[in-house]
Amino acid sequence: MTDFTASSLRPKRESRLPSAELRAKRRRIRMFKNGFSRWGITAAGFGVVLSLATIFIYLFYEVMPIFKGAEVTHEVTFQLPGESPSLHLTIERYQELGLNFDASGQVTFFELESGSVRYQDRVTANDGASISTFAKAEDIGGLVGFAYNDGSVNLARAEYAVTFPDDQRLITPSLARPYGREPIQLDPEGQAITQMAIQENTRGARSAILVGYTRDERYVTARLTTRENLFTGDVETQVTKGVLPALPAAPVSILVDKDMRSVFVADTAGYLHYIDIRNPREPELVHSIRAAEGEYITAMDFLVGSVSIIVGTDKGTLSQWFLVRDDENNRVLVRIRDFKSHQAAITHIAPEHTRKGFIVGDAQGTIGVHYGTSARTLLQQQLQDGPVQSLALSPVNRRLIVLDEANNLQVNELWNRHPQISFSAMWNKVWYEGRSDPEYIWQSSSASDEFESKFSLVPLSIGTLKAAFFAMLFAMPLAIMGAIYTAYFMTPKLRGMVKPTIEIMEALPTVILGFLAGLWLAPFMENNLPAVFSLLIGMPIVMLLMAFLWRYLPAMLRNRVPDGWEAAILVPVVLVFGWSMVTLSPYVEIWFFDGSMRQWFTDNGITYDQRNAMVVGVAMGFAVIPTIYSIAEDAVFNVPRHLTQGSLALGATPWQTVLGVVIPTASPGIFSAIMIGFGRAVGETMIVLMATGNSPIVNFNIFEGMRTLSANIAVELPETAVGSTHFRILFLAALVLLTFTFILNTIAEVVRQRLRKRYSSL
Amino acid sequence: MKQWFRSGTPWIWLTGGAVTISIVMVVGLLSLIAVRGLSHFWPGNVAEVEITNFRTGEVSSVMGEIVRSETITATLAREGGNPIDEGQDLVTRYLFKQGNRDQLGTDFVWHFGNTMETVNYPQGAFVVERREWGNFYGFPVALMTDGLITVTADDEAFPAQLSVALERAISRANEQRQIERREVGRINTAMERIRLELRGMELQGSDEAQVAARRAELEQQTAALDAEYDVLRQQMDALQQERRRDALVMRMTDGREVTLNLSTIIAITQPNDMSLMAKFGQYFAKIWEFLTTEPREANTEGGIFPAIFGTITMVFIMSIMVTPFGILAAIYLREYAKQGPLTRIIRISVYNLAGVPSIVFGVFGLGFFVYFLGGNIDRIFYEAALPSPTYGTPGLFWASLTLALLTLPVVIVSTEEGLARIPSTVRQGSLALGATKSETLWRVVVPLATPGMMTGLILAIARAAGEVAPLMLVGVVKLAPNLPVDGEFPFIHLERKIMHLGFHIFDVGFQSPNVEASRPLVYATALVLVLLIVMLNLTAISIRNRLREKYRSDSD
Repeated sequence: MTDFTASSLRPKRESRLPSAELRAKRRRIRMFKNGFSRWGITAAGFGVVLSLATIFIYLFYEVMPIFKGAEVTHEVTFQLPGESPSLHLTIERYQELGLNFDASGQVTFFELESGSVRYQDRVTANDGASISTFAKAEDIGGLVGFAYNDGSVNLARAEYAVTFPDDQRLITPSLARPYGREPIQLDPEGQAITQMAIQENTRGARSAILVGYTRDERYVTARLTTRENLFTGDVETQVTKGVLPALPAAPVSILVDKDMRSVFVADTAGYLHYIDIRNPREPELVHSIRAAEGEYITAMDFLVGSVSIIVGTDKGTLSQWFLVRDDENNRVLVRIRDFKSHQAAITHIAPEHTRKGFIVGDAQGTIGVHYGTSARTLLQQQLQDGPVQSLALSPVNRRLIVLDEANNLQVNELWNRHPQISFSAMWNKVWYEGRSDPEYIWQSSSASDEFESKFSLVPLSIGTLKAAFFAMLFAMPLAIMGAIYTAYFMTPKLRGMVKPTIEIMEALPTVILGFLAGLWLAPFMENNLPAVFSLLIGMPIVMLLMAFLWRYLPAMLRNRVPDGWEAAILVPVVLVFGWSMVTLSPYVEIWFFDGSMRQWFTDNGITYDQRNAMVVGVAMGFAVIPTIYSIAEDAVFNVPRHLTQGSLALGATPWQTVLGVVIPTASPGIFSAIMIGFGRAVGETMIVLMATGNSPIVNFNIFEGMRTLSANIAVELPETAVGSTHFRILFLAALVLLTFTFILNTIAEVVRQRLRKRYSSL
Repeated sequence: MKQWFRSGTPWIWLTGGAVTISIVMVVGLLSLIAVRGLSHFWPGNVAEVEITNFRTGEVSSVMGEIVRSETITATLAREGGNPIDEGQDLVTRYLFKQGNRDQLGTDFVWHFGNTMETVNYPQGAFVVERREWGNFYGFPVALMTDGLITVTADDEAFPAQLSVALERAISRANEQRQIERREVGRINTAMERIRLELRGMELQGSDEAQVAARRAELEQQTAALDAEYDVLRQQMDALQQERRRDALVMRMTDGREVTLNLSTIIAITQPNDMSLMAKFGQYFAKIWEFLTTEPREANTEGGIFPAIFGTITMVFIMSIMVTPFGILAAIYLREYAKQGPLTRIIRISVYNLAGVPSIVFGVFGLGFFVYFLGGNIDRIFYEAALPSPTYGTPGLFWASLTLALLTLPVVIVSTEEGLARIPSTVRQGSLALGATKSETLWRVVVPLATPGMMTGLILAIARAAGEVAPLMLVGVVKLAPNLPVDGEFPFIHLERKIMHLGFHIFDVGFQSPNVEASRPLVYATALVLVLLIVMLNLTAISIRNRLREKYRSDSD
């Protein structure tokens, strides 16, 4: 008998466990580690999710300013130095000095901060003559003219010398007389000039044009050309005089364009007249049109570039006009677009210096900030009680000065950074200057300041869809049919080789596909066009033919190859057929297309670019095939076996089973595969960049190129100014791409998850 | 027949055909790249052929390598101005690489087969690889030293003397380059550092006496550096003189004699006199040279080493950034986050980001990283260097960071998959033994999921290596003056711009001044990139497959 008691009575053995305190300490450390790891991981997880969300937030943040309107902040008001009334106000480009041309012929440069006078000068008149009217050329050149009651005119220009003594900017203003100090006789008969327009050509040799209306109702012109004496440096001005045809009513405003080809007159009867002065000896009144029924024109000015005219009326309406060729090839004035009306008569129009925007003041003291191309009204705000006497805008559009009838000058800060963009300017047809119709155009930049930026996203979006469409057209049949075959018919052995191969295809960098498409495929296709088409049409036929012949092969040979190897059998067929078509290609060209199919296309009025949508379709299709293929293959492969076996057991052929059971069950998966493939095609950059000419055209011709949103970003973003409208609109394009693909992928993912659930319940 | 169609067999064949076409395209594409890329390095024989000018009837001689030929229809040839006999439908034309661009104007020229006499491959023809103007093809006449002929080509001693002289010139060139790169580079860096310190003191406006003292010290240093530079300048001038001592007189196939200074020559080969073995040797030497040297002549000649190095450095830095965050985020989503609708939305969103166009990431990287973050970093830490930006301009770090963001979803998805595959029994077993959640996670779950993470990382690397569009915006350039890693402190220069294989392909293929000369280089570069990526992917696939097998057996 074993002695239990003895053993149980033995003294208790020392526990191997550490002491209680030590254990508690260890437990605390373990718990601390546990908590630490929990919080660490959670923080990292949140961090990653947040940083991914930052992409959306940041893109929005960059894009938002382009939809913001303008803002005016009052800085200071003071009495305008110089005599009253003021004829014209300007601001120099550093926004430090203002300039006032007043009715006594005095020119006053004053500080915008305080109103204190920096410098004064005076244009000289002939003895006894007094100023009768005033005119300015385009603001960039800054030429102004005073007209006198003896029919003479004196021209002047403000000039600013900038120096940096002691690292401080010092602007020294002066008044230049580029056409000489002495007045020029505009009206040979010596009548007072009551209305005048001047314009200067700054390109090439300096020349200017003056158009005046005299008190005895005649229009007189003078063209000035200057020649500099090489020895003395004196400027010699030559004057060529002319007259214009008479008009029925007196003018309110006269304009002459920079090319010195056209004169526009707004008259007191509310009509606009266009006089063609291309031939100085025979000026011709081409077109007269009533600006608006029941309204009279009160103000008129050019937008920068002197192509568009902005017309303001006594009812406060504003409209933009320019010359367009009509059906009979005559140039006529057309009302292009209207802007948001003011409540009272327009008193002053001030165009921006480098963009197609303008600011108007009306009789109630309201100013309006408008933009031509986008037809946007960015701000309408009442700044004073009485009518706006005059206003001026700085060349960089940051400062605005407004003058009231009591000669009080209000200096304002202006924020108006992104007026060029509006929803309709991006997505609707826009009538651009010099075009005969409204159009969709993307043309973001040019060398000239007077260039009208054309930011229509339509050509880019169309291009994106076009590229994606042709890619899908090529990829979808191949990928989906291939997926069905691989998943359902192919022997497992072959499948084990085919799947990884196509997965490798997915990993191929698109830059490689792009360069092959651009450097190899595009010229190859161009040289072998007949082969391309015969392959497209002939390939399926040849395959069917092979299938048909296969039935009649000796049974011994057929039995050697079990089912599921069809794809392998077709390899030599495809290769031989492809090779023979390429070899035959030149002969086909000789027999049917006079030796060159490309030339034949051109002769038949089809534009053919070497790098076209067909090339992109094949190359990008190649990139998309594996994406679609692998998702669709998964969906088909995972169709529960008992469904297909049931169908086969009921006597359906394999193909009937595919059509009746497999495809309907797997269709959501195939759908999501197509969605994801489409998303990839939409965002693909390098292939499109390299395999098309990147011209932003709006059509679906398979033989022409396109420019896509993504390629456009890649081309233009590195070269645009940070923070400019163009920069932000490219961000907008990125945001559009992001949102679009995100939605596509989300749909696909949701569909796929549902499908997975359904499979597990089947 | 009708029944045959009804049975559906033809449609099965047709679907099979779709697979065939896809496979043929993949294999065809890979072999196209491989053949074109590899054949570029083969020392082709130099052909000499008499060409009759079809307008003037003059006979002239053309010498060079025949690059390729193509058959076109007679109509096209006639449009090109070549009178083809009536009755002849097809013409073959050959592209000659005639080299001698400095003498002839163009180095590639097409000739129609019907104007050519028989082609012969003359013995003793030289292919001279030059530092500028591409290859020179011709026959040697004599070797000159200091403008005097020392040995003529028919002399037996000529080959030996030529190779000695050439070796001498090349070694002098290498020495000179060494000085330029190392010593002069070091002096420039030191000077720049002094300039920045002075500017920094100016900005901070610290104590004047101290500033003056330091300034004097720095000026002394500058003077010392200047002196050092003068010495180096003299050394380099001497080397330059020595390099230019010898010259080689060559005769072109049209009889003109041209003197090539040995300092302009990199290598001379005589492919027509080479045995097959020698050609193989030359072939592998050329491949090695391609992989290890720098590009020359606006990237149309030379190697791609900086591009390979830049790609690898960038991918490496990207991996360092993406791995911890991707894995932690995946662990959070799978193990810690409450599995509700919110987590589901987050998961779908993260997955979806993998499908967002890469250019979008590039735009984000340029705006947020480069201009916003980089601009602020410059303002705070590199004020002295402004207005020239340090981090406020595209560079290596921003490129890596952008790619890290781009590949983050890939790593997360793959890691999550790895975590999901671990049977819950393993987890429960660990917890039942009293392990805390973190212990279970770090000691049991994560080690088991390592292959999944590896797969994710490799896929991320493969994607990053091939991505070009975003990099064009955030830091890749066509020609970087310096490698991002060198001997100067701090050794890894995150702010430098880099070269990249993918962008190199785009740039050389599409923006190169000499398309024909650069075309084979593009194929070769593409081959390197494809090989790199295919290798990475195969590794990832095999890891994944092994992983699947492993857990299939574990969980059964």
